[in-house]
Amino acid sequence: MNNDSQGPLWEVFLQKKAGQPFVHCGNLHAYDKEMALQNARDLYTRRNEGMSIWVVPSSAIVASSPEDMGSFFEPANDKIYRHPTFYQIPDGVGHM
Amino acid sequence: MGVINFEELFEAKLAKNEMIEPKDWMPDNYRKHLIRQISQHAHSEIVGMLPEGNWITRAPSLRSKLVLLAKVQDEGGHGLYLYTAAESLGTSRDEMLDALHTGKAKYSSIFNYPTLTWADVGAVGWLVDGAAIMNQVMLQRTSYGPYARAMVRICKEESFHQRQGYELMTHLAFGTPAQKEMAQDALNRWWYPTLMMFGPPDVESPNSENAIKWRIKRETNDQLRQRFVNQSMPQIDYLGLTVPDPNLKWNEEKQGFDFSEPNWAEFKNVIKGNGPCNKERLASRNKSHNEGAWVREAAMAFAKKQNENYQAA
Ligand SMILES: [Fe+2]
Ligand SMILES: [Fe+2]
Repeated sequence: MNNDSQGPLWEVFLQKKAGQPFVHCGNLHAYDKEMALQNARDLYTRRNEGMSIWVVPSSAIVASSPEDMGSFFEPANDKIYRHPTFYQIPDGVGHM
Repeated sequence: MGVINFEELFEAKLAKNEMIEPKDWMPDNYRKHLIRQISQHAHSEIVGMLPEGNWITRAPSLRSKLVLLAKVQDEGGHGLYLYTAAESLGTSRDEMLDALHTGKAKYSSIFNYPTLTWADVGAVGWLVDGAAIMNQVMLQRTSYGPYARAMVRICKEESFHQRQGYELMTHLAFGTPAQKEMAQDALNRWWYPTLMMFGPPDVESPNSENAIKWRIKRETNDQLRQRFVNQSMPQIDYLGLTVPDPNLKWNEEKQGFDFSEPNWAEFKNVIKGNGPCNKERLASRNKSHNEGAWVREAAMAFAKKQNENYQAA
């Protein structure tokens, strides 16, 4: 095996239209920021799939791990009072 | 809380039709199977650029040249989506490219056949991409998340590939007698190699059982092949062309066509490296990779220097 790499990995996020959130669409290899952006354009927006692009080095992403998924998200499980349906609103006061 | 049984968790996810993601626990053999399948798929996209790329400079009109360029560029993109999907399982781009360039890795046997005439460009888009789509539509629901998501994107892009191929075939089939003959000749040569794309018959397909069990594949080779023949026949009839198979006929009982199996000895021989273009394809890939080495080196050196300047400033 050689050391002739394709550069580091980058994650690509696209915004479809102004005002919409950026959504992860895939990843690619590039040597620097500018090339990552150009490669993202060529690879992920050949049919106007996006009008704005973020590229982020994959190594900069911090992710939760599936093994402790249960305990990590556990605090939200018993807090039904965070949802609107928890509350009783009398009839006749209109939509709330 | 008891000890988590990862294997049970994995099986439960499959049973619920949930996807497996890169950081999830998975059996070693599942991982190995996927790395092999996804990297072979990626290699097929990349090597698949060669037979059609061969015609870009000789396309008969500006329109057809633009179309062919766009299609071949898409295939390059498909290869890149798939390489990163395989990388998420722990292999590296270098490792995969190395396996391709040294001839260790396999790719779809179809790309070891030559594109002799302009009609072959039509037949490849229509039949070869058509067969690939049939397989890839199924893989949109494969159990490994990154692979499934790459397939969704790929399928969206593929449909123009098949349509442009069929459009090209209609021009030839309804053109001069010489053009029609060219179309028929292309169909004759591509028919059986296309049927081989779905892989060996179910009874002798070594990897199928696990692939179905793990929901990597959801239909068998023979099921997909039958569906492809059923779908293709009306398209062939419309062109006024015929398949090179005297046994092909409608079977009312199974509501599908009966057809002859391709020559599986030829299939094995092509996979072993003895097809008409194996050596040429491998040589082209190596040439292009080696001649691009200076570009990668320069880009790497430039990025390194920029980084140093950034840190110094
Ligand atoms: Fe493709
Ligand atoms: Fe294609």
